Formats: sequence, structure tokens, C-alpha cells
Amino acid sequence: MTGDDLTRLTVKDALSLLRLGSVSAADLVTAHVQRIERLDPHVKAFLRFTPELWERQAAEADRLIRQGESRPLLGIPIAVKDVLCVTGVETTAGSQILKGFKPPYTATAVQRLFEAGALMLGVTNCDEFAMGSSTENSSYFPTRNPWDLTRVPGGSSGGSAAAVAAGEAMLALGTDTGGSIRQPAALCGVVGMKPTYGRVSRYGLIAFASSLDQIGPFARCVDDAAITLSLMSGLDPLDATSADRAPMEVLNNFNAGVRGMRLGVPREYYDVKGIEPGVKTAIDAALATFRMQGAEIIDVSLPHTDYGLAAYYIIAPAECSSNLARFDGVKYGLSEVDAPNITDQYLETRRKGFGGEVRRRVMLGTYALSTGYYDAYYLKAQKVRTLIKRDFDAAFKNCDAIVSATSPTVAFPLGAKTKEPLSMYLCDVLTLGGNLAGLPGISVPCGTSGDLPVGLQVLAPQWGENVALRVARAYEEASGVTAQVAGVV
Amino acid sequence: MPLSKDEVRHVAMLARLGVEPGDEAYYAEQLSGILEHIDRLQELDTEDIPPTAQVVEVASRLREDEPRPSLGQKEALANAPAAVNGFFRVPSIQEEA
Repeated sequence: MTGDDLTRLTVKDALSLLRLGSVSAADLVTAHVQRIERLDPHVKAFLRFTPELWERQAAEADRLIRQGESRPLLGIPIAVKDVLCVTGVETTAGSQILKGFKPPYTATAVQRLFEAGALMLGVTNCDEFAMGSSTENSSYFPTRNPWDLTRVPGGSSGGSAAAVAAGEAMLALGTDTGGSIRQPAALCGVVGMKPTYGRVSRYGLIAFASSLDQIGPFARCVDDAAITLSLMSGLDPLDATSADRAPMEVLNNFNAGVRGMRLGVPREYYDVKGIEPGVKTAIDAALATFRMQGAEIIDVSLPHTDYGLAAYYIIAPAECSSNLARFDGVKYGLSEVDAPNITDQYLETRRKGFGGEVRRRVMLGTYALSTGYYDAYYLKAQKVRTLIKRDFDAAFKNCDAIVSATSPTVAFPLGAKTKEPLSMYLCDVLTLGGNLAGLPGISVPCGTSGDLPVGLQVLAPQWGENVALRVARAYEEASGVTAQVAGVV
Repeated sequence: MPLSKDEVRHVAMLARLGVEPGDEAYYAEQLSGILEHIDRLQELDTEDIPPTAQVVEVASRLREDEPRPSLGQKEALANAPAAVNGFFRVPSIQEEA
């Protein structure tokens, strides 16, 4: 087996090779590092590498394997989005304002994967503070789509999606506030999953919008995403919003197929404004596949879909304007320490440290929360959020899961949507409803349009991860698209 | 509702966000465009709709108020741009009388 073959494996196959002793964790790391050295100068998925971690973790994994120990991710190389703290590893949320910040603790989600035996290769690029849908808002550099280097990988977790798509990491972690896992997964042709709000602890995640943010996996097949998510899940006393539930189990009916299931197609999603014909064709083919597999496809309606983006762009900026108040140049990161007074220190630190999209959202959120506008904007948006949640509740009375495109478009050229904020925001029109309603959602590869990947989104009721996984798994099996790796150059 | 340059300046100050002189017009235009889209929320009658407070059902978890391990002073200050005598150093907050 050549080094490149080792970067195409699923977690399951890699684990059996490790157990057999035909490869070591060190071999897996070497294969990935060599591929990164060859491809990442083009893809630019990574911001930083963590050799001190992977060397120690691979040696430990190989020692444990020799002792016959088995752990669910023992020896598996992963990449971590630049918003998840890892002790001693520079973590910057893609921003200049956190340059040089080395967290004194590790995010619970990452810690749990380390305990399961995962090895960390490095930190992946993202839109600044996870605000964006193309990774072009990174203050470092844009990441490119491994399927076409002139196009974006999606965002905000574009580096993680691109790393998995390019075979530079076997798994990666992202975060999803309005679609930031599912949309880049769709655009990069990999699997990406956002869990139910509260399923995974947010401790150690640099917050963007706390009522919407969730951490989830990128993988090259549904099985790998399922196991990774289950390992991260479960109550964490360090996050008051982590749900008091046992860790998620991947159920036995995971492979049961979709026979007899009712899959809802919201007409507002199916015919969403701006959906590309090639995307629609791919989704139609997926629906035909589900019918052939014995699922019932039914029409459902989410009547407030048209208001989702508006509600989201009040709620998310309002929460971010509050969360990002902590970046004041006092405790960490960039600082104008020699300013003549504290107000100037704040103003100058934040002027230099925040990029354009972050400034827009902080101002929008501050405006929406300010005296005289709170009722008209923030309160109104939270009421509309209730209506959107009720839409989903009503739809799930008639179906087991909701299926749609993940993104109305395939990957678009770099620069295509950077001038006009609203055009970028519309990338998330099919995903942000899931965040507003706290639902689990997964995107799986669903054919191509013009040689670029299309993603199929499956949304399930809260805590119904296994329903979404089962539908996604059935589609994956029927379509035969699994563990694809982009050719890159 | 369009945002004026003065409002941009006011909001930027509330957020302690330094804005380059001349950028107010740029942000006024961009934010106005976004707000124009957001204004569609006003079409909906939400008189009897409760605002969402929590999207999943959660109960507040309480714990005993007992000391637990936490960061020591050295670790807490390790990322400080300026520290002095175990404190974060900041510029003067009030002018001397």
C-alpha cells in the first residue's frame, strides 16, 4: 500500500489495518504529512501544524496498539478548526485579534477525541470567527476547493472540509452556526454533520452565536461521521447548555435502509430562489433513489422559510456582538497597550484586530440590541424563530426526516460573492433553519453538477441524529459514493 | 430602515469599534442593505407568539458552591498583552484630578 492509499482510507478500514499491524499510527501520520506537503500549498486548508502533538500521540497510539488495546479512534489523524481550543496550540478563530493566543485548556469535544485515540495533525482555516460561507473572510488567506482550485470550499469550516476532501486528514472538526459544517461539506463532496443543539459541549469553542453554535465532524463516509459525533457527545458540566443526556449511541438500525420511512420535501426548499438546475437534477435523482429503496416521498411545507434569513441575521449578529465584546486587548491577543486611555485601547485594538465581516455583524448586532430597536429587531426575530421552530414541528408530524439540497449552488469562484454581503448570506438559506430550530442535520455527497459536488441535506427532529444518519447511510449505500478523495492537481 | 452615517458612528462607539474616517458611508450603505432585507420580519403578525428563549428544553443545573481546580494566576496571565505584579495592566481609566 502506497502512502497515498493510506490517505484514502475510511476510519473503519484504517483501524483494521492498525489492528493487524500492517500499518502503524506513525505510518498513517507520515502518509498524511507527505500528502499535506504536496497538496496543501495549493489547497491551503491548514493554518498551522502540530508536530509536537502528532509525534507524541502517534507514539502513544502505537504503544497501546502493541499492548492490544482498542479505542474507537486509536491512531486516526484528525484536523481541528481554528475555533476549538487545544492547550498550548495557537488558536485564533481566523482572526488577527487572537494572533498568538495559546489556550490554557482543551475543548471538551477535542479532548474526548484525544481520549478515543485520535492524533492531531493541525489547525484548519476558517472564516474569521466562523462568519462567512466561503472561508474568504479568514484574515490569513482563502482556502481553495480541492475539486477546483479556482473555487471556494464553502465556509465557515472550509479548511476542515477541504482537508478531508483532499485526503489531508481522515476526519476533521468544524462548527455550524448557520450551515458552516453542512455547506462546506456539500461544496467539497464530503460528509458533514451538525448535531442537535446541546448534544456536544461547547466548552473551549470560541463563541460566535451561543444559541446556534454546535460542533460536529467532517468525514468521507457516514459511518465515520457517526462514530466521531457519538464520541464527542454527552453531558459536560463545563457547558451549562450541554444536554443532560447519555452520550449518543449509534443505533443498530443505522443500516436498516429507508423502506417504509416518510421523507418530507419542503416545497420552499425544493424551489428555493437561486437553486441551480444541476443541483435540482441531483436532488431529483436522490429522491428517485429513496423511492426505489421503498421510502415514501411526501410534500411538506415550512411556510416561514422566507423569513429565516432575516431572523438569523438579527439573532446571530446580536449574540456575536455580545460574545465578541471580550476581545478588548486586555486579557489576550492583539492589544494597543500603549494607548493613552482605556477607551482608545478598546477602539484601536478592535479597529486593527477585526476584519470587515466581523465589524459588519458586530455593528448590526449592537444596533439590533440598542435602545429603541430591541423590540423591533431582536424580540421580533426571536418570535419569528418560534414560528420557524413550529414549522418544523408541524412538518415532522407528517414525516420522519426532511430532505433537500444542502446548498442552492455548487462551489462558486473565489471573489464571486465578496462584494455583496447578502449574496453570501443566501448560501445558508437551506441550512440556517436547522440552527434556528436546534435540529440535527447531515450533508452527504449527492452526485455532481458540472463536475462539482452537490450535497444532500437530511434534517431530523431534535435528538433524532440516528434518523438522519440512517437516511444518509441508505443514500450513501444506494449511490455507491463513499470515501471519495479529490484529485486536486 | 436605512442607517445614517451618524448612526453608524454611534453604533460603532457603542461597540467600541474604531472605524476609519470615511468608512461610515461604506458601512451605512452595507448595513442599510441588510436591514432592508431584515425589515420583511415586520410583515408577520407575532402579537401572540412567545419569543424563543431556549430552542431545546433545558433545566438549569445547580451545583454545590465548592472550590474546584481552576487556572492559576500564572496560566491566567500567560496570554496577557501586559501584566504587572500579577495583574492585567490597562491604560488609565480616569484622568488624575
